[in-house]
Amino acid sequence: MKMEKAILAVITLNKEKIDGGAPIFLCDTQEEMEKVAANLEAILDGISHALSDQLYIIVKH
Amino acid sequence: MNEYTYPILFGVVIGTIARLVMLRTDYRQYPTYLHGKVIHISLGFIAASLGTVAVPAIMEKEFTAVTFLTIAASQFREVRNMERNTLTELDAYELVPRGNTYIEGIAVAFEGRNYLVIFTSFIATLTYLVWNIWFAIIASLVCYLIIRKFMSGATLKELVDIAHHELHFEGAGLYVDNIYIMNIGLPKRQEEIMKYGMGFILTPKNFNVRSTIANLGQRQAILHDASVSLGVFRDSGTPALVPLIKRDLDDGRIGVFILPQDKDIDKAKRIIGAVPVLENAIRMPSESKANKKGEDKG
Repeated sequence: MKMEKAILAVITLNKEKIDGGAPIFLCDTQEEMEKVAANLEAILDGISHALSDQLYIIVKH
Repeated sequence: MNEYTYPILFGVVIGTIARLVMLRTDYRQYPTYLHGKVIHISLGFIAASLGTVAVPAIMEKEFTAVTFLTIAASQFREVRNMERNTLTELDAYELVPRGNTYIEGIAVAFEGRNYLVIFTSFIATLTYLVWNIWFAIIASLVCYLIIRKFMSGATLKELVDIAHHELHFEGAGLYVDNIYIMNIGLPKRQEEIMKYGMGFILTPKNFNVRSTIANLGQRQAILHDASVSLGVFRDSGTPALVPLIKRDLDDGRIGVFILPQDKDIDKAKRIIGAVPVLENAIRMPSESKANKKGEDKG
């Protein structure tokens, strides 16, 4: 099966809310989170989507 | 020199001219200048010869010569494959791809035009031999007009009303009017999109059009043409900056989100309006027998 979409990374401020397979990047502040997400977006060639204010995911489309 | 020399010459010339007339390099830049054109003019010349020679062959009662035309048919199918393969290969390197439906449309047009050349040459030579050169010239002009009519398909402005709408975000969701386009997480990207993006709503004029503009290939064609003509604010490695079209499921309107480098609203409207309606995307639900029967009883 060909994977159409995949979560490449999770960036969050709130560790309790997540668990599982994708690499998780823990951040302390909103700014740090945005910075990490922007870098990962460029590196991984994915799009960073906001699920909530405290949780971003990088998705390969 | 014999009695067929001039008619054959005439037919070949008329056919090749017909191919030249149909070979326009416009904003699509395809076929490319010179090399791509040479290929198609040569094939047009071959097509013209085949169409022309068929007439004297029949007059000399060489009916089997017509089987040559079947070779021509398979030859031109090959042209279609060639065009399809080339364009599909190139499509992977486009910032905004054409999409397979558009490519197939172009490939079919290339094949079809060669048959039009055969037809034109055939008619030209036939009229020359049966009557004289003046009739042949008139017949060629009529063929030319028919070809022009065949060539120009419908454009999008005949099917939809195009209206400009500002983009807006609700949380991380990007919207054109009430149509959800995509989720953009980073505030920096959101700013870029608000700065460079433009939104349009295409409202279908009737029920048939709904399924036509819902076709993913047709939508990709709109994005490709808009990006070619207006430029595109995008690069490899910035997948968040991608022009997209989404559909309103309630009423079949589509929301077009583009990232042009030239933010001229009127120009953008004209360009979207001039996008060809792809033959392969056209649907006619109103022509269905089931639909018509329903109307009779109702």
